[in-house]
Amino acid sequence: MDFALYLRYGPALASGFAVTLLCWFGGAALGLALGFVVALLQRLSFAPLRWLTRTYIEVVRGTPFLVQLFVLYDGGPSFGLRLDATSSGILALGIYGSAYFAEIFRAGFNAVPPGQVEAAASLGMAPFTILRRIRLPVMLVAIVPALTNMLIILSKETVVLSIITVPELMYQMQTMAAETFAAFETILAMAILYWIMVELVARAGRVVERRVTAFMTGAA
Amino acid sequence: MNDAPMIEMRGVSKSFGTLRVLDGIDLTVDRSEVVCLIGPSGSGKSTLLRCINFLESYDTGEVRVEGRLVGYVEGNGRRRMPDRALREIRRGIGMVFQHFNLWPHMTALGNVAEPLIRVRGLAAAEAGLRARAMLGRVGLADKEGEYPARLSGGQQQRVAIARSLAMEPRLMLFDEPTSALDPELVGEVLQVMRDLATEGMTMMVVTHEMGFAANVADRIAFLDRGRIIAYGPPRHVLHESTEPRLRQFLQTYHERNNF
Repeated sequence: MDFALYLRYGPALASGFAVTLLCWFGGAALGLALGFVVALLQRLSFAPLRWLTRTYIEVVRGTPFLVQLFVLYDGGPSFGLRLDATSSGILALGIYGSAYFAEIFRAGFNAVPPGQVEAAASLGMAPFTILRRIRLPVMLVAIVPALTNMLIILSKETVVLSIITVPELMYQMQTMAAETFAAFETILAMAILYWIMVELVARAGRVVERRVTAFMTGAA
Repeated sequence: MNDAPMIEMRGVSKSFGTLRVLDGIDLTVDRSEVVCLIGPSGSGKSTLLRCINFLESYDTGEVRVEGRLVGYVEGNGRRRMPDRALREIRRGIGMVFQHFNLWPHMTALGNVAEPLIRVRGLAAAEAGLRARAMLGRVGLADKEGEYPARLSGGQQQRVAIARSLAMEPRLMLFDEPTSALDPELVGEVLQVMRDLATEGMTMMVVTHEMGFAANVADRIAFLDRGRIIAYGPPRHVLHESTEPRLRQFLQTYHERNNF
């Protein structure tokens, strides 16, 4: 083991880690927003939109992330989409995540007891108010574990972005390994850094879960 | 003030597929009247009630609340009325459900204040004051900070009643308000409803509580297979009617309650 290696490559690894976080946050935010919109569109009574969103979900879920990334980054220019590697990576992560997030939100909508929505409607609440004040908070309780799960998966999918030269953690690690031939040190550092990141998400998820379910035990 | 009856139903019918749940309902409810709907399960009582605030649509006929056609555009066949207009009608009609339907993520106070803020547009402080007063009225002043999960069924139902009353409805609909309650909790909810009736609230109540119907209702309607087959003052419906299906229904009820 050559620990001095970590000192030498510290700045590179730190910047890689920052890019990883950027891609992950960006991709997750985009995926959540897009997924929510897709889930909402699916609830409309307008059938063509429902089919369209269903197809979108099936296509995105049915193809490997790497393929989607290539389509966007390498194929993008052929349909007029010229993005740098990092932007492509974030966009691809967002699209990939959105299909799964949409399904999570769909399950969440179905988990809201219809009576609670009827009660709101019977009091004269407007649909958007019901969505914001009743449906969303009630469904959140049901979907926080699934959301946390998907956020963890996305955080690990960021490694794939190294393939299109996004200078994230994996990319920096590969550079380090190539320049020093220190394969084991590289792999060890990588495992630890990713594990720390995932553990932080998991913990945050548990805190949120406790917060949003507190009312069920009256502990809030 | 509008002198149309509170509720006027004319020839209201509704089918779920081939099943005719409501079959030509005619019913008029005047201001301050308490009407109880009784009948076997599946007879259409709840559906009838839910047509009045259009939680359920009806196929033919008319439902009018204070003279205003509910759910459809006046004189325009079956064209649905805009959501905004429907919401305005609903604001004047309180509804209490069998399963309470409190919002689990809000405290008792929050449940009562929420519609005041979101629908009536009151400021949070004022809504809180009014919500507190309403909880006091149903005897739950000390429970305002509790979440529904920590309240008994009877308490939850009283919060639900307070939530409706806070909106100052001119009409209250009750859909089997005590059917999901443990027997010893039924009384507290019925007492609140009795007080409400005494104060002159117009009420329509789907119930299996014959005692409540006998003592509090001005009129009882007995439904069977989507039709009102007996209608009148409690004494008439419960004791004088010779309608065989009604007699049989009451017979079963008495047998179940004799021990």
